[in-house]
Amino acid sequence: MKSTLLAAGLSCVALSAAAQTPVLTVYAGDYFTSEWGPGPAIETGFEAFCACDLQFSTGNLLPRLLLEGGRTEADVVIGLTTDVLARARATGYFAPHGQDLGALTLPVAWPDDTFLPFNWGHTAFVYDTTRMAEPPTSLEAMRTLPDGVTVVIQDPRTSISGLALVLWVKQVYGDQAPAFWADLAPHILTVTKDWSESYGLFTSGEADMVLSYTTSPAYHLMAENDATKKAALFPEGHYFMAETVGKIATTDQDELADAFMAWVLTPAFQQVIPAANWSLPSALPAAEWPAGWADLPLPAKVLFLNEDEAEALRVEAVEEWRSALSQ
Amino acid sequence: MAQRPVAIARGPGTRGAVPVAVLVASLVLLPLAAVFLRAGGWPRLAPGDGQAVWFTLWQAAASAALSCLLAVPVARALARRRFVGRGAVIVLMGAPFLLPVIVAVMGLIAVFGQQGVVNDLLSLLPVRSIDGVPQPQLGPPSVSIYGVQGVLLAHVFLNLPLVVRMLLAGWQAIPVERFRLAQSLGMGPQAVIRHLERPMLRAVLPGAALVVFMVCLSSFAVALTLGGGPGATTIELAIYQAVLFDVDLARAAALSVVQVALCVSAVAVAGRVSLPAGFGAGLDRRCVVPGPVGWRRAVDAGWIGVAALFLLLPLGAVVLRGLPGLADLPPSVWAAAGRSLAVASVSAGLAVIAGLVLALTPVRWVGLAAMLPLATSGLVLGTGLFLLLHPVVRVQTLALPVTVLVNASVALPFVYRLIVPEARTLHANYGRLQAALGIKGWSAFRLVTLPRLRRVLGFAAGVAAALSMGDLGVNVLFASDSGATLPVVVSRLMGSYRTDLAAAAALLLVGLSFALFALCDRWGRHAEV
Repeated sequence: MKSTLLAAGLSCVALSAAAQTPVLTVYAGDYFTSEWGPGPAIETGFEAFCACDLQFSTGNLLPRLLLEGGRTEADVVIGLTTDVLARARATGYFAPHGQDLGALTLPVAWPDDTFLPFNWGHTAFVYDTTRMAEPPTSLEAMRTLPDGVTVVIQDPRTSISGLALVLWVKQVYGDQAPAFWADLAPHILTVTKDWSESYGLFTSGEADMVLSYTTSPAYHLMAENDATKKAALFPEGHYFMAETVGKIATTDQDELADAFMAWVLTPAFQQVIPAANWSLPSALPAAEWPAGWADLPLPAKVLFLNEDEAEALRVEAVEEWRSALSQ
Repeated sequence: MAQRPVAIARGPGTRGAVPVAVLVASLVLLPLAAVFLRAGGWPRLAPGDGQAVWFTLWQAAASAALSCLLAVPVARALARRRFVGRGAVIVLMGAPFLLPVIVAVMGLIAVFGQQGVVNDLLSLLPVRSIDGVPQPQLGPPSVSIYGVQGVLLAHVFLNLPLVVRMLLAGWQAIPVERFRLAQSLGMGPQAVIRHLERPMLRAVLPGAALVVFMVCLSSFAVALTLGGGPGATTIELAIYQAVLFDVDLARAAALSVVQVALCVSAVAVAGRVSLPAGFGAGLDRRCVVPGPVGWRRAVDAGWIGVAALFLLLPLGAVVLRGLPGLADLPPSVWAAAGRSLAVASVSAGLAVIAGLVLALTPVRWVGLAAMLPLATSGLVLGTGLFLLLHPVVRVQTLALPVTVLVNASVALPFVYRLIVPEARTLHANYGRLQAALGIKGWSAFRLVTLPRLRRVLGFAAGVAAALSMGDLGVNVLFASDSGATLPVVVSRLMGSYRTDLAAAAALLLVGLSFALFALCDRWGRHAEV
């Protein structure tokens, strides 16, 4: 407890010393600010020119904003995923970003005037080449996996990647989605609360395939020099996901917030994304991606539901998933 | 209980009981009320919630029954046998209860999973046959941990240690003189069971079953990861979804009411079933409880061996998995470890003081207040506290103190349940003597209460500290300004592909929880050496 008191005392001293410098408070997801996430590099990069103190405050983004009920100290929120944008927009807490979207290099149209994407990726089934010589070559082939092949997925009720999967299947199969789930069900080893548990099961050899992202092999290749993890690419297309930044309308650091929003689309920021976030940059031509990234195999076709379409399908798609897998 | 709640038991504890109970109850009920108010409108359940309630109930009941059933022979064997390393086996076998759930699941998967030790051994067997004809395509027999059987296995793994310890304490609380008397009366093992062991079990088992039932009532990660799919949805998972994914506070509130109702009914049922044993006091002689000889000796050895293997193998897997990365852990992980130790120590202290104060009072409703925190989801508590605190302070600055408070209240039911049987026995055995001698207040506490309860207090403090160490706490909702705790770091590592570092940090977490537990437990057992 002593150390806690000491730490509290020290941070008071530090706070009063920094009182003259304007503070930009950025809400971010929990993974974001750890030394293994993109937060530290983004903080240093922005503070290098803003004459300000960027402070991250981590937690679960949308629940926290809603619980705060508009009395938020956030100036900017980073990390809102595409699936929560409709609800985030409906709060009315966010101001237009005011940025020129010409720099975006996303594979989908992004006419949004409030939320700026800063990264993107697609969901994919990742496999290990040493255990699976012939991976399925289409989403349809996932319905006829050989006996004994196992897959771990995430729960769409608690995880964004799990939700992306049911929307992916719903978009490809429509009314036939329940039949797809019924065919895949015998191969589903288990369903986890979030992505990290599934991925842990996969890397420890429990399952042959895991629901993850097309960018997952990049981590193994670049950080571990391991080329045995691959994403199975399907001609039906892969579901698009992006994380976005939004500016809080009631911010008292209007200019700083604008400066941050503008910085998100610059190469300096975008260069950090691939290796720190293990996702693709949103406003950087592939030619300028960090070494190795342009070679990453990516699907030719991208599937994307805008927030209204996704919201219209969500409840039905999740319920179909739940009832098919509860059998 | 025949004894009247007369003034004889009044130590320093009794006076504080009602304020402490009120404090604990409001710590649970006020946040719940805040969630209700904020939800606006009537609480309502979603379509799949009925199924979730049913699954939660029956898996909790089955887990409690299995844990208790298996704990009886194991605890009896440990109580009546002496062997080299017995102390170490008892301490180590307690460890699974102290494991953070997600670490325990990983350990179990390493042993019982597709690639686990058990399936490796089974793969040495010949292929399965149907009607005597070998079926090569079926391969050798195998087990799957994914499914309802996995959920039950994990719950027994996590809770068997606690029940064994509670029962062991029960056996040790039967004065040795009674066993001696039984022997000189020529009672056989059956008669000993009837006259000594059954009354003790009648007193201790309902409470133990209640604790396991309630722990499993709020099970969540175990049920989902090992349950194999949405059929294994629990109330707690539904709450998680309602709070963090859908931000549907009305549904979260409704589910919380269901949880509290289940908890209150369980406490009521356990209270009716449980009877005090009433053996009277012994002379505190340190003697071995005499155990029957012959084939029963082998059976006891078998129970101890199987239980130790079952509990220690997954633990060993966790250690093996984490060791390689231990040296690579960055300083930030060690700083988080320091923070976690501080949080755990303070919340354990608070929980034990509150638990002791509540256990020493004869006022009955106080017991319900002590069990209340177990009935409510930590997530709903955290949400409610956030709603209460946000208008008045910057919540992030209070994240660690709030974590301490929430952890202490979550540990309180365990602490209380552990202390209460011994406190009741103490009151029954020494209450009148104490009154006759006029020992009151602080001296009663120092001369009677503390020496008699020290063993259970140490154990309870250890359990509380370990529970707090492993808790992800309110950090899900808002991280602290003064930095993350160790479980948060583990989940961050897992979320950024660093599975090896995550395993190492998890091992550090397990090691520290266990060290903290062993330290407290040792202090308690020092009393009887």
